[in-house]
Amino acid sequence: MSAVLALEGVSKTYPGGVRALDDVSLRVEAGELAAVVGPSGSGKSTLLHIMGTLERPSSGRVRLDGHDVATLGDRALAALRARRIGFVFQQFFLLDGVTALENVAHGLLYTATPVRQRLAAARIALERVGIGRRAMHLPNQLSGGERQRVAIARALVARPAIVFADEPTGNLDSRSGAAVVELLRTLNDAGTTIVVITHDQQLAHQLPRRMTMHDGRLVGDA
Amino acid sequence: MRGGLLLGDVLRVAASGLRSRRVRTLLSALGIAIGIASLVGVLGLSASSREGLVRQLDALGTDLLTVGPGQTLGGEDTTLPLSAPKTIARVAGVGRVATVRSLGDATVRRSDKIDPDETGGLSVQAADPTLLATMHGRMLRGRFLNAASGRGPSVVLGAVAAERLGVDRPGRQVYIAGRWYAVVGIMAALPLAPDLDRSALIGYDAAARYLGSERSATLIYVRAAPDAVERVSTLLSSTVDPANPEEVDVSRPSDALAARAAADDAFTGLFLGLGAVALLVGGIGIANTMVISVLERRSEIGLRRALGATRGHVRIQFLGESLLLSGLGGLSGVALGAVVTTVYADQRGWQAVVPPEALAGGLGAALVIGAAAGLYPAVRAARLSPVDALRSA
Ligand SMILES: Nc1ncnc2c1ncn2[C@@H]1O[C@H](COP(=O)(O)OP(=O)(O)OP(=O)(O)O)[C@@H](O)[C@H]1O
Ligand SMILES: [Mg+2]
Repeated sequence: MSAVLALEGVSKTYPGGVRALDDVSLRVEAGELAAVVGPSGSGKSTLLHIMGTLERPSSGRVRLDGHDVATLGDRALAALRARRIGFVFQQFFLLDGVTALENVAHGLLYTATPVRQRLAAARIALERVGIGRRAMHLPNQLSGGERQRVAIARALVARPAIVFADEPTGNLDSRSGAAVVELLRTLNDAGTTIVVITHDQQLAHQLPRRMTMHDGRLVGDA
Repeated sequence: MRGGLLLGDVLRVAASGLRSRRVRTLLSALGIAIGIASLVGVLGLSASSREGLVRQLDALGTDLLTVGPGQTLGGEDTTLPLSAPKTIARVAGVGRVATVRSLGDATVRRSDKIDPDETGGLSVQAADPTLLATMHGRMLRGRFLNAASGRGPSVVLGAVAAERLGVDRPGRQVYIAGRWYAVVGIMAALPLAPDLDRSALIGYDAAARYLGSERSATLIYVRAAPDAVERVSTLLSSTVDPANPEEVDVSRPSDALAARAAADDAFTGLFLGLGAVALLVGGIGIANTMVISVLERRSEIGLRRALGATRGHVRIQFLGESLLLSGLGGLSGVALGAVVTTVYADQRGWQAVVPPEALAGGLGAALVIGAAAGLYPAVRAARLSPVDALRSA
């Protein structure tokens, strides 16, 4: 089977009794571009964190790229994230003090890749997202759309098996948002598996697959 | 699957973390630099001054001994026998011998108009003509007493005495116990015998003739062969008074200078303590900077965990920043301390001595402090769960 990601009966209960995820099962195949939609507080970000191994489920199983996440320790999980998972966040999370190029190269920092190769790969990734000319700019010299492209390049640079994007257009105006979605589609066409979280129905409708969350449950998958 | 962080990357990441917070980095490094500079400076200056004293001691010689009267068991003052200088001169290993006799009541004044009670801290002593050579002394002006001038109303002044009396050249007269004496010479200062610096010296014959003084000495200066100093020193008292050697007081003036070097060491201890406090304050400054840094950079920590950093990577990043910060402070502090030592020692005419242990110790102390200050913030940063760190943004 070519499932990159599989969740089986995953629940997450936070201390205090909030059940953020309730018995979620899903599969994401290689090469998919899927959206997770749902109202605020429905558990989308929690789902993304658990899929991305940033957080462990209270119960249920998570398999990612052939690994049962529950069997991996901190180091092995970190290595998995470094090489096989890419993240894109609503707030971009670029490092202020360093150039776009170095920010992208950071995507390979924890993979024991020598700095020269990291920078070379970062240059290619920046070209792929269409802002190669901005390589030597600092984040505060870039527009919001450009910053998100830098963040996407950083998520891609290690050639991960899957990329998770949490509200990637949430901080952008509609035009740069549309451009970012267009970019994600192009990257997907080139083979990258992508899961996008959004509460923007219009955006979700442009994507091939939509999973709908409500009160921590997966209530729709189309 | 293996992840990893290369050693060069640890440094690179720490350096870029510091570079993006320049002012704070400089200020907290400055705290450490001041602490280290004061430690290195104190050690350097005390080493330089000790070196200065050692050189002075070498120049003056540690082979000078003095023999003086002591006290009986009952506490009465004794006197030296008249024969003492002769018997001392016969001891093997003894070189030059010279005596002085304190002329207790006599005072030296600029003129007869000045109150005899105003001694100005100066004393009058009878001295042998061999005294200057025995002391390895030097005349600033004129010449020392000789057999001829020692019989008449002639006087040689110690350096301090000449200054206090306002006498700057031979030929002037001073008033001693009811009679005018011609100044025939002024001695250069004698660091081993500050007593003589404050004396007016006349001959034994003159003292006997004009002041009715006796001829037994109150202090005998003895030069011993350098390799025989210890032995001569233990022999002297029994030589002078075989019956009651404990009533003779033998000492070594260079010991006083050596004691001064030791006293300097005591001060060094005090200043080192102050420097250590400065260093501690600097360390607290770094700890504070690092704690704040961790609080401010929660989202960066979350991001790095998402990019594949282990807890260990996060820990070493913050520890690395703290070490780099304190290492920077330590290096500049060591340099500053060395410069201060060199400049100050130069002004004092000392040879600047910056002990290598102070340099290595200063840098080492800075790094130890950096590690201690960075440990808690680094552990806290590493404990942060990636999701909490990301959600806090
Ligand atoms: N650390 C936590 N402790 C307790 N409750 C939490 C924690 N994190 C999330 N929750 C709760 O879990 C539920 C799901 O949160 P989540 O952030 O996944 O929602 P979301 O769908 O991403 O919402 P939004 O669209 O507003 O980002 C919410 O009720 C939230 O309050
Ligand atoms: Mg969310």
